[in-house]
Amino acid sequence: MSAPEPILEARGLVKKYGQVVALNGADFELYPGEILAIIGDNGAGKSTLIKALSGALQPDEGEISLGGERIHFRSPRDAQRAGIETVYQDLAVAPALDIASNVFLGRETRRRGPLGSLLRLLDKRGMRREARRQFEELGIGVQSIGEAVGNLSGGQRQGVAVARAAAWARRLVIMDEPTAALGVKETGQVLDLIRRVRERGLPVILISHDMPHVFELADRIHIMRLGRRVAVVTPKTHTMPEAVAIMTGATPSELDNALTKERSAE
Amino acid sequence: MGPTGTLQVVRRVITAPTVGPFIALVVTMAFFSLKTDRFFHAENFSLVLQQVMIVGVLAIGQTLVILTAGIDLSVGTVMALGQVIMTKLAVANGVPALPALLLGILVCVGFGVLHGGLVTGVRLPPFIITLGTLNIAFALTHIISNDLTFTGLPKLELFWGRTFNISGTDFTYGVVLMLVLYALAWYGLNQTAWGRHVYATGDNREAARLTGINTDRVLLSVYTLAGLSYGIAAWLLIGRTQVGDPNAGQTTENLDSITAVVLGGTSLFGGRGTIIGTLIGALIVGVFRNGLTLIGVSVIYQYLVTGVLVILAVSVDQFLHRRSG
Repeated sequence: MSAPEPILEARGLVKKYGQVVALNGADFELYPGEILAIIGDNGAGKSTLIKALSGALQPDEGEISLGGERIHFRSPRDAQRAGIETVYQDLAVAPALDIASNVFLGRETRRRGPLGSLLRLLDKRGMRREARRQFEELGIGVQSIGEAVGNLSGGQRQGVAVARAAAWARRLVIMDEPTAALGVKETGQVLDLIRRVRERGLPVILISHDMPHVFELADRIHIMRLGRRVAVVTPKTHTMPEAVAIMTGATPSELDNALTKERSAE
Repeated sequence: MGPTGTLQVVRRVITAPTVGPFIALVVTMAFFSLKTDRFFHAENFSLVLQQVMIVGVLAIGQTLVILTAGIDLSVGTVMALGQVIMTKLAVANGVPALPALLLGILVCVGFGVLHGGLVTGVRLPPFIITLGTLNIAFALTHIISNDLTFTGLPKLELFWGRTFNISGTDFTYGVVLMLVLYALAWYGLNQTAWGRHVYATGDNREAARLTGINTDRVLLSVYTLAGLSYGIAAWLLIGRTQVGDPNAGQTTENLDSITAVVLGGTSLFGGRGTIIGTLIGALIVGVFRNGLTLIGVSVIYQYLVTGVLVILAVSVDQFLHRRSG
């Protein structure tokens, strides 16, 4: 990567919940066209970081910029308007609604003319057509776009969530443990899907516990510990055990070394 | 992958949400038809519809609320309050019928706004809020009416009780209004973005918020529209009883509206259900009450049967919910 400008960047993010410090000066960069994995133990601050980047919560300190411009997301809606879509691990879809409705949830299109403007009639056919096109592009197989999402398998449901995100994201997609609830075969399908999203030119932030998947997919790996980024490695420069050692603190990272120096200097 | 085309069609018909309630309605009607030959007559069906129209309209509001995983225990007493305001203003205060009616409806809408405001603003559980307003509306009904019954009502207030004739059978305009309201509710829930947001909010409020839906606005609109349906039900109630009665609407209506919704296949967990199901559910309740009366079962046993019915329906809902995860 020839050092392009990061598309999404964060500096010194801090988030405290009472006495608990969830983020303690975390930095972050995402570059165009990459899959960036975020790994870290439970409580390392992965989710909090992602929520700050997707507008689900507001950091107490620090700054975030998108495409070089400072941003302040007050809600997930703000982040979506800025072109950032997020796929959550479990609460992604409304099971009672069909696939097309889920893809368009919160952004429904209405019929043209007075039917839409006065009677607020939905353009169901148009939305189905668009959803079907989206699914074909991403190579997701579903029997019927009119099927209720509740009747789909877990992998297909997550496929709907990913398709939804890919359909609307203009800048980047965030995926929080998208395979956590899935079986082996379905996981494979979702991983393929993530690659296809990147092939469309959208960078992806992937949060995962699954090291083999992270090493298979990611261009770079952002390692969190104790509310900070302690290292960024790549699958080429580090092995899985090395990355895990940094994540758990068994191998001192550069940050640890720096901190030790600071302390001994005091 | 999966069953073949025909099997799928069959599966879809069997699992269509209104099929179960519809079969239950047919079975109930068949049962009473066998028990008494007074049941299966056009006039009796017209009577059932008239008896159903109040609970039927209340159940529209109740359906909206339950679809968002809420519950409204105040429906009956809020309607009673609206009805007393409408009739007292017209009879005792000399207010013309139209403003009296509008004011009564407005008070019911006000209760809806209050419910919605407390659910979204203070984040209180709907159960507790509406248990509170049930008592508030009950007390206000008796304070405002002074426990008097209002008679000699203007024509407009009695309008929905008037009848028209179709091949020898009388139907009230109120029944027509009820069907129109169901059609409107169906349209809103199935053909507009608002309807989808109601389902999504009820299914998972946090997930809906994260997809960018303004869930507070959805909930506020649902409770407000529910209030409006109680106000309209109040007007229908006057048409049915021909008086303003402070003791109306305070016993069976609350539970019957919930029973209608649940029998109609709407899940108390929110996010699943249909408005047509509720109409069928209301008809089941109406047929049960009518049929039990016809075969001479005393009113007190009807309470017993309705109680058992609602618990059975909720059990089925719970079972289905667990199975679908």
